[in-house]
Amino acid sequence: MSEQEYVPKSKAGKWFNDRLPLLSLASHLTDYPTPKNLNYWWTFGGILTFCLLTQIITGIVLAMHYVAHADLAFASVEHIMRDVNYGWLIRYIHSNGASMFFLAVYIHIFRSLFYGSYKSPREIIWIIGLMIYLLMMAAAFMGYVLPWGQMSFWGATVITNLFSAIPLVGDSITTWLWGAYSVDNPTLTRFFSLHYLIPFLILGLVVLHIWALHVPGNNNPVGIDIKKPSKDTVPFHPYITIKDAFALLLFMIIFAGFVFFAPNVLGHSDNYIQANPMVTPAHIVPEWYLLPFYAILRSVPDKLGGVILMFGAIFILFVLPWLDTSKVRSAVFRPIYRQFFWILIVDVLVLGYVGAMPAEGIYLVLARVGTVYYFLHFLVILPVVGYLEKTEPVPLSISEPVLSGSADYSMAKKDNEKI
Amino acid sequence: MDKSEKKTTRRDFLFTTSYTVGAVGLGAVIWPLIDQMNPDKAQKALATTEVDISQIEPGKSITVLWRGKPVFLKRRTQEEILEARSVSLDDLPHPEKDEERVKNGKDEWLVMLGVCTHLGCVPLSNKGDYKGWFCPCHGSHYDVSGRIRKGPAPKNMEIPKYEFVDANTIKIG
Repeated sequence: MSEQEYVPKSKAGKWFNDRLPLLSLASHLTDYPTPKNLNYWWTFGGILTFCLLTQIITGIVLAMHYVAHADLAFASVEHIMRDVNYGWLIRYIHSNGASMFFLAVYIHIFRSLFYGSYKSPREIIWIIGLMIYLLMMAAAFMGYVLPWGQMSFWGATVITNLFSAIPLVGDSITTWLWGAYSVDNPTLTRFFSLHYLIPFLILGLVVLHIWALHVPGNNNPVGIDIKKPSKDTVPFHPYITIKDAFALLLFMIIFAGFVFFAPNVLGHSDNYIQANPMVTPAHIVPEWYLLPFYAILRSVPDKLGGVILMFGAIFILFVLPWLDTSKVRSAVFRPIYRQFFWILIVDVLVLGYVGAMPAEGIYLVLARVGTVYYFLHFLVILPVVGYLEKTEPVPLSISEPVLSGSADYSMAKKDNEKI
Repeated sequence: MDKSEKKTTRRDFLFTTSYTVGAVGLGAVIWPLIDQMNPDKAQKALATTEVDISQIEPGKSITVLWRGKPVFLKRRTQEEILEARSVSLDDLPHPEKDEERVKNGKDEWLVMLGVCTHLGCVPLSNKGDYKGWFCPCHGSHYDVSGRIRKGPAPKNMEIPKYEFVDANTIKIG
């Protein structure tokens, strides 16, 4: 943060700012020099902030009408849907909001994978982002349990039973998580408490995520280090704010499309049946955003092995900055990595698809191939490609167009080493 | 600070004792916060259930709720018992004789937790490759003794603590 010292114009402002430099912070955020070539894939940070605030606001409202008790929860959700003024709207925004939140976060994560935003010096931003993602999954899972429908109950049973795979202490941990000998009322009440807590933890981590971002500044589509401020940057306000706002508008149109025209298309009809501990639905599936991990879990014929691989699929991302050995950030200049990036996208989509299908026959084969490839990508392909790949010339600055010809190439190489 | 002097000082002693007392105090405060999440007295109070089994015909089963979990009570036919006992222990991922899973002299009664040992779903009866139970969640197959035969579940379905109060009543728990 290298801007010159900000001094408020008014006397009152100066008096306040000397005591609590909020105005300096606001000035930093407005003037924050941003790469001028950021494309629309960079608008998802703002969109995600919007998603988080939407979930918090609608969630606080829902908590005013919801009753966290095994006998009353299901009816109280129907009460929200039918009796509470605009309750249907608020609940549909909240439930579809979770899906939109994950849609945005997946785009945000794959943006980072494509443009190498997780690489030095941005590893901490990446790791905090993954912590947010983990908390999002915890919040989404617990939130899905609250309506106390069949999918809520059996989803909670399956996920909490994952911990029973831990040798020796597994069963004690599961009982501790439940507060009972099965998923029951104590489980519901604690899930409600934690579901209310987690968004605020996420909010705190978002502040750290942005703070860590503002130290090196944004990565950009060409992935090079730039001078800040310079002819390569524009002030955050109004250039980025207006671009983010436009993207947010388009995002909200899609969001509203789900809320008003297909509010249940991403949910499961079994969750409109009240929880019954005696009967498991014929085909239980998690929400769509957890399906790839579910596919990995089911692809392993061993209980503990499946659980380890499923959690491993997430935790491997924490060491991604050190697995990727390439010094060039952006896939724009990495002809080989670029292709593997798209194969990974296809792989994750295939895993998501088979996660929704029964674990048998061709689906099981696909899940196994997909799981092996997922780990292969991070553990073998990324380190090896980083060493062997001949990257394309990287420009020296954003403003300077890359000219074809060997003269520039030598300069580009030099810059290449510097990164 | 004089570096050459490595003698244990009064200050070192005070640091060590302070840290120790602090750690014990912290543990004493954290433990109630953790243990409050374990099953409470009301949950533990529901620990036994009595079931009338006089109406169950051979080959039929009923499901009752015990500690929030379904319990299968199956009155097995002679053929089913014979089938369960003809299986070689080498074919079982979790080797257990059928005799060990029922009460001596009450061979027709199989009383077990209707909970898949994989991830806790309720298996469907008379389904699967071994004519016992089949878990729809992740495809585990159990035989007529409730033993795991195929699929991701690691163990046989659990036999809860139970006893015959009289000829027609079973007390679970």
